[in-house]
Amino acid sequence: MKEHKGILVFAEQRAGKLSSVGLELLGIGRKIADKQQEELAAVLIGHKVGPLADELGEYGADKVYLADNLLLDVYRSDAYTILMQEVIQQYKPNILIMGATCIGADLAPRVAAKVNTGLSAHCVGFDIDDQGRFVGQVPGFGGAVMASVICPNHYPQMATARPGFFEKLERQKGRKAEVVKVDVKFKEEDLKIKVVGTFVEELKSRPLEDADIVVAGGYGVGGKENWKLVEELAGVLGAGVGATRPPCDEGWADLERQMIGQSGKTVRPTLYIGVGISGAMHHLVGIKNSKVVVAINKDPNAPIFQAADYGIVGDLCQIIPRLIEAMRVSS
Amino acid sequence: MKPINSVVCIKPVPDQRFWDKVSLDKKTKTLRRTGIPIALGPLDKNALEEALRIREASGGKVTAISMGPPGTEEILEWAIVLGADEAVLLTDRAFAGADTWATAYALAWGIKKLGGADVVFFGNESLDGSTGQVGPQVAEFLDMPHVTHVNKLDLVGEDALRARFHIEHGFIDVEVKRPVVIAVEKTINEPRCPTLWGTIWLRERKIIRWSADDVGADKAKIGLPGSPTQVSDVITIELKRKSEILSGEPSDVARLLVQKLQADSALPKG
Repeated sequence: MKEHKGILVFAEQRAGKLSSVGLELLGIGRKIADKQQEELAAVLIGHKVGPLADELGEYGADKVYLADNLLLDVYRSDAYTILMQEVIQQYKPNILIMGATCIGADLAPRVAAKVNTGLSAHCVGFDIDDQGRFVGQVPGFGGAVMASVICPNHYPQMATARPGFFEKLERQKGRKAEVVKVDVKFKEEDLKIKVVGTFVEELKSRPLEDADIVVAGGYGVGGKENWKLVEELAGVLGAGVGATRPPCDEGWADLERQMIGQSGKTVRPTLYIGVGISGAMHHLVGIKNSKVVVAINKDPNAPIFQAADYGIVGDLCQIIPRLIEAMRVSS
Repeated sequence: MKPINSVVCIKPVPDQRFWDKVSLDKKTKTLRRTGIPIALGPLDKNALEEALRIREASGGKVTAISMGPPGTEEILEWAIVLGADEAVLLTDRAFAGADTWATAYALAWGIKKLGGADVVFFGNESLDGSTGQVGPQVAEFLDMPHVTHVNKLDLVGEDALRARFHIEHGFIDVEVKRPVVIAVEKTINEPRCPTLWGTIWLRERKIIRWSADDVGADKAKIGLPGSPTQVSDVITIELKRKSEILSGEPSDVARLLVQKLQADSALPKG
């Protein structure tokens, strides 16, 4: 009998709210668990976060390991590592997946070193190969190549996953997960990291990752004035506005909320419209999962046209107003 | 104030301007990087800058360390020109093919051989691999706490640091006792430019080279044999789509696009 069994997902929460990527990982975790006929568990760490366990059950977890303590109120790597180590050593999961958020990317490598196992980073796909090994797909060199990474002789087989690449399951109201409490055996004075303050901005608009339509602009948009056209088009479509890096550097768009690509956000809308974007690999990898891709660019040789379903070669100042008109008429 | 000794871990990365020259050997499933110059990663410069600032505030020493094949000296020379007191290259065939775990293990032994450090700095993630994993793993092997995604760092009291850990749409401020591993983000500082003094300085300093035996690393834990992860396959990514170019008058093209998108159910039908 296998000693290491089951899939464990780190259900990250910040300020009492579950991160979206944790739920996405329950989605892919559920598929792997069903294929392997194994259990899907989540580990939930925080203070007064018990009610979130129900939500994890409704999104597919069979079991929730819950560590709830005032010392865990705000994330710190030393405290969280101790708890992850305890859960791993006691329950011996075969696979452990964590979101590659700031917190996940800080915690996962420490945990991997602590329990002496391998970790594949920022995966965009997962699979089980014909030998039953867990395979993580890792993009490299700005997304130009994709490596399949395995961890054949160490357990758990660990990976971090890029937010936005996996789909949440439909929420099943009333689906219950068994809650297993994890005791906190350390005290504040045992920890080397002290939290002295924290701030999380309340988000007013829907995050770009969740948008059904995305209109994105690149350096080719040309300036702040033209950027308003991009925003206007997005407004008509009820779309989120994304950007490549240069518009963020220029101050037309916000780096943290709007940049799409390898080192930014991953979007998976039904429709993506790229305006004035040449199509560098590290941007394209972030829009790969879009259903339909439209590119508007005045350079007919822009690489984005190859990666688009429909392309329009021309001046955005001419095209976008007409497009807005055509969309208004049709809706 | 007590002097603070910092070690800055830097990684040789293929120069980003030549990434399109990286090709895939279909047979061996490895990347061909021959002829591609290496460069000091941009965040490594921020890491070095932060260590230099601490030295200016408190005294102490800044040591740059890297692991790589012969030839990697070049980026360590940059570190010295910018102001590092000494530089160490861990270089040995036995280190080759290391994943983050085995890289962190080798670096940790190099740092031990240096007599440890009060602060070990990293750039938050390297340009090519972008994993950001080595810092926390070095911290584990050296039994130090770690804080990554740091965009603000201050000395506090006799033996602590206050670090701002940047998270999505916010931050967590922590206080942590030294020794500690810190991984910095781009926004933490503005790296200085090299000066003429730096190049003169370089002439007086040698890059120290250490092998696996020199640092006392367990051969079973370094390089490819010591790496728990393996690459089983590498493919180049196909992002090609049908690439249908619509042409004509802007208003006609706009109408045509809307029709096509409605036919694809990418837009609601009017």
